[in-house]
Amino acid sequence: MKYNVDEKGYYGEFGGAFIPEMLYPNVENLRQNYLKIMAEPSFKEEFDQLLKDYVGRPSPLYLAKRLSKKYNTKVYLKREDLNHTGAHKVNNTIGQILMAKRLGKKRIIAETGAGQHGVATATVCALMGMECIVYMGEIDIARQAPNVARMKMLGAEVRPALSGSRTLKDATNEAIRDWINNPVNTHYIIGSAIGPHPYPDMVTRFQSVISEEIKWQLKEKEGKETPDYIIACIGGGSNAAGTYYHYLHEENVKIIAVEAAGKGVHSGESAATSALGKEGVIHGCKTLLMQTNDGQITEPYSISAGLDYPGVGPMHAHLHKTGRAEFISATDDEAMNAGLELTKLEGIIPAIESSHALAVFKHKTFKPDDVVVISLSGRGDKDLDNYIKYFKL
Amino acid sequence: MINRIKQKLQEDKKLLSIYFSAGFPSLNDTTTIIQDLEKSGVDFIEVGLPFSDPLADGPTIQESSTIALKNGMTTELLFSQLKDIRKMVHIPLIIMGYFNPMLQYGVEAFCAKCAEVGIDGLIIPDLPLDVYEREYKAIFDKHGLVNIFLITPQTGDERIQQIDAASDGFIYMVSSAGVTGSQSGFDNTQEDYFNRIANMHLKNPQIVGFGIKDAETFKQATKTTKGAIIGSAFIKHLHKEGVKGISTFVKTIR
Repeated sequence: MKYNVDEKGYYGEFGGAFIPEMLYPNVENLRQNYLKIMAEPSFKEEFDQLLKDYVGRPSPLYLAKRLSKKYNTKVYLKREDLNHTGAHKVNNTIGQILMAKRLGKKRIIAETGAGQHGVATATVCALMGMECIVYMGEIDIARQAPNVARMKMLGAEVRPALSGSRTLKDATNEAIRDWINNPVNTHYIIGSAIGPHPYPDMVTRFQSVISEEIKWQLKEKEGKETPDYIIACIGGGSNAAGTYYHYLHEENVKIIAVEAAGKGVHSGESAATSALGKEGVIHGCKTLLMQTNDGQITEPYSISAGLDYPGVGPMHAHLHKTGRAEFISATDDEAMNAGLELTKLEGIIPAIESSHALAVFKHKTFKPDDVVVISLSGRGDKDLDNYIKYFKL
Repeated sequence: MINRIKQKLQEDKKLLSIYFSAGFPSLNDTTTIIQDLEKSGVDFIEVGLPFSDPLADGPTIQESSTIALKNGMTTELLFSQLKDIRKMVHIPLIIMGYFNPMLQYGVEAFCAKCAEVGIDGLIIPDLPLDVYEREYKAIFDKHGLVNIFLITPQTGDERIQQIDAASDGFIYMVSSAGVTGSQSGFDNTQEDYFNRIANMHLKNPQIVGFGIKDAETFKQATKTTKGAIIGSAFIKHLHKEGVKGISTFVKTIR
């Protein structure tokens, strides 16, 4: 079984490029060039250098001793929370801004939900001196004020998405419309492993530095490159894609994806796409998505804005369908408590997205000699408001 | 039976087509609007199947789609509204919609239903040419449905040739870079583009869409092409006037 993208842009039956003709020239240009550009020695050198000196990579692989003791297994945390800007998102935006420059683009657009990808995009645009426009749902703008301020400080223009439900899905629609309106000078930095081919593959490759590092870090610490389990939270799935990438074909490594169940998978307020979604087309790719019987895309819910997306990247849809990855889901309550538990046990306040991955211990028991790697995708500073409200701190 | 679109394209005149979102302004306006448009002398009609996330559309059509969905429009309901349409209306009818609702209905079932109620063609902006040819062309052909593809000012000559070869009706020529309803008028850039396409001598006639809103833009758009489509401007009219005065609106165009 092959889990990577094929030459037509599909992961099994998922993926492809379901785009209006207006986007075809840009997407086709990217498709024809992304692998070539990524393989150029000068690109690799610049990318690696920025990841090292600007982002602060490699991110540590940390043996969480007190957490391990509590669950009677061996838990390593991949510390993406220690990256510049506070999450894994910047790995992708560094890669794509370098890509945009080589494609001769002058103007950058992005979508953002909680604002993490928006901040990561505004950051690299400041770094490269490029114009940056970030689309963000009007409702998200109101509830993520600090990130809106960050983006503005970084020189980005934050444009409210006023259509539909005025959240991430609609911000993505607006970014796509902007790209249709500005077909020549603009590059669209998609923040997750979603969108038309080649985006899911490109984003995954930029994020794959995560599993590349885990391999040699684990070799140093455990004498072998492969853990027994590799675990990540999943919304659109960029962090998960990067965390799994170099293990996809290591069949002895068990892959676990933790989705956001919100107030419960069947509560009507959930973002557990693999459980609730059906095959469909959203934002340019065929994947699993939450929708009505009539094919209208429905609004997901999660306490974590980063997991609040009605679809899942096409690679993940394929991993789900083939059974390569085990999909579980964690509720708001389970995630919040897992986040607090990590804070108390290890002195690390995780992003609420990452807290979902940590909630795996509520659903699975591991053996004492299992090596379990969990991707800690981001830090919790941005979520303090939520933590304060939830725990009445 | 020869497809009504192909027949219409043979008429010796510039064609006017109107788009509207089914279920807007009120849920059961669909057949009234279609009949009034035919009576007003419109040559063919695009019935918009509303979608929650219409990527290629601007605020006007997104809003009419949203209202239509809130009104309760569904694929099944649209087909039931159109059940007897061919007893009343004779001009070509095209359904324009995004791919996901059709995928959920089942593409085969959707096409069969289209043929049953008398739909002549489909415009599906986010169904790409290669996927259509590989997976769905046979189904469309079986049900006698014409599939309409888009080209834009950025579409390369080679790709236009491919689209022309794959088309069997007309080519939907998007007037300029932009979503629906975002154009302010036509200038030299459009004229160059219209001339470039005219000089390619494609086998399929071209109908221009996006940015046509009045008599002047209709005249400009149809100078070198077979016809033009009005969408957002008509939706705005419906928004203001409701279903009254459809013929007045059409008469301002030509």
